[in-house]
Amino acid sequence: MDIYRQIILDHYKHPRNFGHLDNPDAKTEEGNVTCGDRIVMEIAVTGGVVRDTRFSGEGCAISLAAASMLTEKVKGKRILDIMKMKTPDIINMIGSPLTPSRTKCAILPLEVLQKAVVSLKRNGK
Amino acid sequence: MQRKINGKPIIYLDSTATSLKPQPVIDKENEYYKRYTANIFRGIYTTSEEATREYEGVRVKVARFIRAPKTEEIIFTRNTSESINLVAYSLMPTFTKGDNVVVSIMEHHSNFVPWQQLGEEKGVKLKIWQVSPTGELNLNDLDKLITRTTKVLAVTAVSNVLGTIVPIREIVRKVKTLNPNCLVLVDAAQAVPHMRVDVTGWGADFVAFSSHKMLGPTGVGVLWGRYELLEAMKPFQYGGEMIREVRIEKTIFKDPPHKFEAGTPHIAGVIGFGAAIDYLTKLGMQRVKKHEEEIVGYAMKELEKIKGLTIYGPRKRAGVIAFTMKSAHAHDVAQILNEDNICVRSGNHCAMPLHVSMGIAATARASFYIYTTREDIDALVQGLEKVNTTFR
Repeated sequence: MDIYRQIILDHYKHPRNFGHLDNPDAKTEEGNVTCGDRIVMEIAVTGGVVRDTRFSGEGCAISLAAASMLTEKVKGKRILDIMKMKTPDIINMIGSPLTPSRTKCAILPLEVLQKAVVSLKRNGK
Repeated sequence: MQRKINGKPIIYLDSTATSLKPQPVIDKENEYYKRYTANIFRGIYTTSEEATREYEGVRVKVARFIRAPKTEEIIFTRNTSESINLVAYSLMPTFTKGDNVVVSIMEHHSNFVPWQQLGEEKGVKLKIWQVSPTGELNLNDLDKLITRTTKVLAVTAVSNVLGTIVPIREIVRKVKTLNPNCLVLVDAAQAVPHMRVDVTGWGADFVAFSSHKMLGPTGVGVLWGRYELLEAMKPFQYGGEMIREVRIEKTIFKDPPHKFEAGTPHIAGVIGFGAAIDYLTKLGMQRVKKHEEEIVGYAMKELEKIKGLTIYGPRKRAGVIAFTMKSAHAHDVAQILNEDNICVRSGNHCAMPLHVSMGIAATARASFYIYTTREDIDALVQGLEKVNTTFR
């Protein structure tokens, strides 16, 4: 199966939830230095549930599409469930076969999001 | 490498990372394992003598290949990185706070990080020699960079990203006029495989390169150094093979090169490397260079026709082209090319400071060698058109 399925290209060219929140409860930035990818995740949380989320940054089609899809997926989810998400969840979400090097691109947004959740807890939210 | 993946042949355009290996090299490396496996310098028995003779014979070949005045100036290491680390660590005791080291911004991490780390350890300043927008070094900059306290200038002979061919001979001459005590180390990993290198003509103090980028096995590197410098330097590693005499209270080391070759080396690899040098010698480095010039000229001309493609570096260059595409990130370019088994690199190619200075996160890179054909370039061009179609 082709990695660049229509849905991936669509999310890459028309990213959902791209931009910034007015008052994010947490904002985290992380990069994959060797690739030159950089993803920023922002979340707003009420009662342990993600009320809203935005992402920004730059990267390859896989990392940006994964970020876009992830923001859609986690809206309305409990942050506890976000912390439980793992690599296979992302691969399922992407729906394309990924080599080990591209898997790194795909899971970067989740890593950034989970770091945002951790920083949220640290700040007592 | 003549096999097919998904029914398609492999088009290898990543020779800057490592080269393919010809059959005589593979056979020669195997010959050691099949016919005279033995440790070197140890046995009186025939196979050990054979292995030693073959291993030391390669040292002679390397010395001749790069025109080193003395065979004893050739040290076998694991790779270029280890060769540079050897120099940095062995020289470390001679550095004092307030000294400085100059490196160019386009150095591979292997000729950047050892000096940066040495600086942190010893309070030595790392000064950067910037490149022009076309990726060239301006020799006039040396007037400011090289001072009385500059201990080392570490510079590449050919950029592994931009393909810039650096005028080493002129640089060394200028540096030695400004400060005769400043040592010059040349990273020749992208030079020795591709052009005739004459270390004496260059006038440098140290030259480092790797076997695996010049048709030889992986795991073998070379450091050439001026004999009197090597003689004065401390060993980099301690262990077997490098010892003349060990007493409880002290040890006397062998002379160079052996004092820098602690432990059993990659005997088979070094022996295979000898066959690689024979192969290149037979071809003639003049022909190797000419072929690459032809291929890179053709590739530049064809790549420039592709919409949204930007090439980095000077017009006159070695066989490497780093580029970006407007339509897609370097990773996606490499991924789409891989669908047709076209092997290119993507990322910062171990030259992150250069990429940061150019303000780009990642480039895709195609690089060429003696076996690269015009058909390979045509396949690359077709693949890049496919990138544009996919991401249109």
